[in-house]
Amino acid sequence: MKPTDISNPEYFHKVIDCQFACPAHTPVPEYIRLISEKRYDEAYMINWVSNVFPGILGRVCDRPCEPACRRGRVEKDPVAICRLKRVAADNCSPDFTIPAAYVPNTKNGKKIALIGGGPASLTVARDLIPLGYEVDLYDDQAKGGGFMRSQVPSFRLPEKVLDKEVELILNMGVNTVFNTYVSSMKTILEKKYDAVFVGTGAPRGRDLPDLPGRKEGDAGVHLGIDWLASVVFGHVKSVGKRILVIGGGNTAMDCCRTARRLGGEDVRILVRSPREEMKASPWEIEDALHEDIPLYDNHVPKEFVVEQGKLVGMRFEKVTAEYDDQGKRKLVSTGEPLVFMACDEVLLAVGQLNAFPWIEKDLGIEFDSWGLPILGKGTFQSTLEHVFFGGDAAFGPKNIITAVAHGHEAAISIDLFLRGLPLNQRPTPSVTMAGQKMGIHDWLYDNQISEEQRQVVPTVEKVKSLKDRLIEVELGYDQEHGHTEAMRCLNCDVQTVFHVAECIECDACVDACPERCINFIENGSEEEIRTRLLAPAPELNQGLYVSDVLPTGKVMVKDENVCLHCGICAERCPTSAWEMQKFFYRSPQAGQK
Amino acid sequence: MTFFRPGFRHPDLPPNEAGYELRDYEGGISTLCAGCGHDSVNAAIIRACFELAIEPHKVVKLSGIGCSSKSPAYFLGKSHGFNSVHGRMPSIATGANMANRDLIYLGVSGDGDTASIGMGQFAHAVRRNLNMVYIVMNNGCYGLTKGQYSATADKGSIGKKGEPNQLESIDLCEIAIQLGAGFVGRSFSGDKQQLVPMLKAALSYEGMSFVDVISPCVTFNNTPGSTKSYHWVREHREATNTFDFVPFRQEITTEYAEGKTEAVTLHDESVIYLHKGDGNLQITDRRQAMDALEEHKRKGLILTGILYVDPEGEDTHVILHTTKRALNALGEKDLCPGNDALADINDRFR
Repeated sequence: MKPTDISNPEYFHKVIDCQFACPAHTPVPEYIRLISEKRYDEAYMINWVSNVFPGILGRVCDRPCEPACRRGRVEKDPVAICRLKRVAADNCSPDFTIPAAYVPNTKNGKKIALIGGGPASLTVARDLIPLGYEVDLYDDQAKGGGFMRSQVPSFRLPEKVLDKEVELILNMGVNTVFNTYVSSMKTILEKKYDAVFVGTGAPRGRDLPDLPGRKEGDAGVHLGIDWLASVVFGHVKSVGKRILVIGGGNTAMDCCRTARRLGGEDVRILVRSPREEMKASPWEIEDALHEDIPLYDNHVPKEFVVEQGKLVGMRFEKVTAEYDDQGKRKLVSTGEPLVFMACDEVLLAVGQLNAFPWIEKDLGIEFDSWGLPILGKGTFQSTLEHVFFGGDAAFGPKNIITAVAHGHEAAISIDLFLRGLPLNQRPTPSVTMAGQKMGIHDWLYDNQISEEQRQVVPTVEKVKSLKDRLIEVELGYDQEHGHTEAMRCLNCDVQTVFHVAECIECDACVDACPERCINFIENGSEEEIRTRLLAPAPELNQGLYVSDVLPTGKVMVKDENVCLHCGICAERCPTSAWEMQKFFYRSPQAGQK
Repeated sequence: MTFFRPGFRHPDLPPNEAGYELRDYEGGISTLCAGCGHDSVNAAIIRACFELAIEPHKVVKLSGIGCSSKSPAYFLGKSHGFNSVHGRMPSIATGANMANRDLIYLGVSGDGDTASIGMGQFAHAVRRNLNMVYIVMNNGCYGLTKGQYSATADKGSIGKKGEPNQLESIDLCEIAIQLGAGFVGRSFSGDKQQLVPMLKAALSYEGMSFVDVISPCVTFNNTPGSTKSYHWVREHREATNTFDFVPFRQEITTEYAEGKTEAVTLHDESVIYLHKGDGNLQITDRRQAMDALEEHKRKGLILTGILYVDPEGEDTHVILHTTKRALNALGEKDLCPGNDALADINDRFR
């Protein structure tokens, strides 16, 4: 193998599994460390700069970071990264304001329209206003937030939290045009904006139009996302006692839990696939089950049963999942008779679609066969060069943190475009390395590994929370539990840096490493080296850190997989060939070099 | 400050044949100097015991005084241990071994503990071919008292203080062979590929297994002029032969070319396969072994590897015709067989 190029910032970035997995690349270990030091404002700021909505994401993020967390590979549960974000937001001082650097004194004379008031558009606004751009934001709701407001139930995300973080951005000087549905792209383009950003989400719920009885039972059948919005805006105040929720994603979980709070007593979830393959996050499924909502997997909806013009139930076919050689799934009927379930209402949460009926076909904005805009790779630029897309509107329904990441990239593109620079010459991440050694045994970071298990998040009593859809279920960690949980973080951003010229090959690091990560062996191909390491190294997506050749002809090979970043290798190294350096990686944002 | 090793271990490390994890053979976190060769020897002991699937509670680790003698605190934390007076480890080992022959005795000593204050003790334990593994962590200096030359420091070697050593050195391996040790080897802490199988063979041998491990002192004796530095040893080292150790019970899977490989079968049917280099050293021949050591010394080289094995050597218990059972396993009936037995014995002398 060739020596690992640690001057490429992406190598050490990848070692920080959580940050690497986060679409917005939030410097997770850094803010967790700040929380452990009770420096909540700074922890909040790290988040705000990179993911814009710490309080919101600390409650409802899809948390791609947690399955990636290294802690989850050395013990059962990863660090509760998401809920720690909330600790930062909850304990942030009440007079927190945006740093002065984010509010420009002069405008640069360029004007941008943002269509849709969701997380993608708000991120673009947050990134571009400091550079002097003037921003007009259009949305059909009365307030900003988009689907975070209309679709995410208040018992998961209180309106107060949402308002606060949305207003933080709007108060930077966004010209808002609320209560205005943009029905024509042409009229927007005619207003001669220098650039237009489309962040209108995936607003159309998928239906099951071909099932028998769908038309006849229409009065009792609702599309999940529309129904959730109706609840938020007060159009729907109650539901029947027996509710069937069809679908296995997070929207389905929100639907059934909302139904429980509006009078649903027998609320059931029905999913086509086996439970393991459901799209919903495991914790959201658990929360639903906890509220006495049974889950029936392997049930394919077949028919709406309508009697005397009224929906009375649905029929389902029981199936099992079979997989062919390529691992492709087929749902095969078990041959049992159809299952009938009685109900008063049905909520359909079987997917969302993008819809751009308001973009005229002759404007030069092209769409692919799936109805999604054709965009430049990584630039989010459409075929009409001053129109950009982001969030769910760009590649179909994902989640908030992905929308934020799109917003950052689109803002970079818009800024480059309006400065007349090529869009592919994008700013690079900013990186700092800082030695952590204080003395022979002293480190700037907490290198003792806490053996606490994942802390349980306290919740409001079920009886109480089911009565009112506005009561937030989770109470969040208090400061003490937050500290305990923060101490579980393995500090993966404190990197083990190896200086080959200093090494005397005494093996001290090999012997001291509790995880057997470090090896001094003959070089070879990666595949072959992986078979010769002290500990099995089957995780191919975890890198091997390989040094240049040492005097004995061997090379140092470190498997990054389960390194605890405890610093014992550096502490036991007589020549400081191993060094612990804090690697701070911040992904680029608009206006940076 | 790191006082404790983290509790987590690599989740994919398999247990050994006896069902123990590698961590069951670990000890406390080392307080030796960073980079000390002794830590590598400790790691090799841990690995050897793990790979041989020795049950930790079957091992007795003994030591005297010195940096080396601190090290039993850092391995086999679940075994029996005895930290004796300076240089007195061999006597304690002898007593313990006489009382309970069912345990495995692992003595750890240093060059000061063995070649100076404990020289007499060492000599007599070797003479008796006591069934134990006797490891000397040899760094050629007194690390615990700031690096004075020890009795194994080579004449002319220059340590950290800059004055060359004026005195002749003691070659513990040569003495051990001369005094009747059944198994003698020399290795280097920086070469686990050689050290681990050597320790496994030593642990399997019944009799005195003496292993001299050159284990550099990074603080006082890892200087350019020292003959016990990492650097010097790597450059002036020659191995008698490479070898594989195949423990008893394990299937022999490798085929060895005729004439190039010599098999030495130990008491417990374990086999050492020696792959000969250029030399034709017969390691079961005591005189050849001593000649080879002297010859390499003349050339300024350090001879490592298994230097001498006597596959038929008899240990103290055999020599002394002691009881086959550990003393704690003897009941009152065994110890007081009654008047008839006494009469029989008395009859023999009439």
